[in-house]
Amino acid sequence: MIQVKDLHKSFGDAHILKGITTSFEKGKTNLIIGQSGSGKTVFLKCLLGLFEYEQGSIAYEGKNFSDLSKTEKINLRSEMGMVFQGSALFDSMTIAENVMFPLRMFTKQNKSEMEDRVNVVLQRVNLENAHNKMPSEASGGMQKRVAIARAIVNRPKFLFCDEPNSGLDPKTAIVIDNLIQEITAEFNITTVINTHDMNSVMEIGEKIVFLKDGLLEWEGSSETIFRTENEAVTNFVYSSNLFRKVRRMYLEENN
Amino acid sequence: MKTPLTYLGNIGTYFIMIKDIFRRPTKWSVMKPLILKDIDDLIIGSIGIVAFISFFVGGVVAIQTSLNMTSPIMPKYLVGFATRQSIILEFAPTFISIIMAGKVGSFITSSIGTMRVTEQIDALEVMGINAINYLVFPKFIALILYPFVISIAMFLGILGGLLACVYGGYGTMENYIEGVQLDFIPFHFVYAFIKTFVFAFLLATIPSYYGYFMKGGALEVGKASTTSFVWTSVMIILVNFLLTSLLLG
Repeated sequence: MIQVKDLHKSFGDAHILKGITTSFEKGKTNLIIGQSGSGKTVFLKCLLGLFEYEQGSIAYEGKNFSDLSKTEKINLRSEMGMVFQGSALFDSMTIAENVMFPLRMFTKQNKSEMEDRVNVVLQRVNLENAHNKMPSEASGGMQKRVAIARAIVNRPKFLFCDEPNSGLDPKTAIVIDNLIQEITAEFNITTVINTHDMNSVMEIGEKIVFLKDGLLEWEGSSETIFRTENEAVTNFVYSSNLFRKVRRMYLEENN
Repeated sequence: MKTPLTYLGNIGTYFIMIKDIFRRPTKWSVMKPLILKDIDDLIIGSIGIVAFISFFVGGVVAIQTSLNMTSPIMPKYLVGFATRQSIILEFAPTFISIIMAGKVGSFITSSIGTMRVTEQIDALEVMGINAINYLVFPKFIALILYPFVISIAMFLGILGGLLACVYGGYGTMENYIEGVQLDFIPFHFVYAFIKTFVFAFLLATIPSYYGYFMKGGALEVGKASTTSFVWTSVMIILVNFLLTSLLLG
């Protein structure tokens, strides 16, 4: 579980996060949504420990990040997995080497133990025959699955995803969404996803945090988002005709 | 616009980066293949072009010296002497380093810069890895072997001079070899290799700095490579002047 209290972050005169308080639960897919410039990426980078914040606190399973020593912070980082928007695979390594990388860095396992773990994880993301391919030879969807495999190979407690299905076709995007949700439940991880994709919101949003101008405007789930009267949320989520229709049908069916 | 303060800030960041190269070292089992790969890319991969340039520039130095010695009282062995002095003191350590700033420096900046653009460096940092140590330290170690490249440049430069002199009809082999051996001062080698080690350090760190701290996309990677080449060359020339004044002045 991650608890965020009164988080503030500025860059020079620009006050980006203006006091966010929320929590992300374990074993659930937590989504951060909001318009471009709302502070989502800065918030995610604060959660990852890549940005230092001026005020507030972030606690990972009760441990306050700013109270940790340097070594404890490094250890905490090794418990985090991250799926980047562009996958961020190391292009000089094969797919298997990419997935094995966190194990080589942070464990004392021998080569056969690492290979076994890589096989298990690649099987889990349906890439059992791609070990020796280079990232450049893999499709966008495959690269995302490799990135997920690399993020979970060292059994992280926290999984962060930055727009995991951007640039993917709708079918592959759903596969990636479902994979992340399944892995979250299976390994009981706290997963935080930064997304623009409304399909993801409807499909896997077990908890949704909506940011507007650096403030937490609304929080709920994919169930409650259909019923919310919050104007900022409805303007953002139901900006397309399709989603307005979906909402109308949902409300008609459930009222 | 860049102000003097910006340059001062950049210099400060460069020195902080150098400190970070040696902090929180990466596991040896991970680092070893990276070092071997960088030795292959930066040292072995440069031998061909360095050998080619040195051989022919050595030949040109010998021909030019011979053609400019118009006075009959000037001894013939001066061709070998002048070629040796030019190659050992300046051509091999300094001008090969400027060529390497183009070849190796651009490679380092663009490879690290591409990793920055494609979030690979962010991925390392998120994992809690000291990305500067992981990326720059292997290049730093690989370039410790740089004097080996310069030794080849020295040998082939003098050999190129010999062949151009003899087969071009500018002098005899005996005269050339006599000139190469004449008034040999071992400290000149020490001076040349001190310079080489300092240039190796500049070649590893300045292009890494420009790659690591670049911002933007693919276009900026190209710009960073050019800037890195310019500043590495400028620093090599300035440090060359400083070291020559200190060691030979």
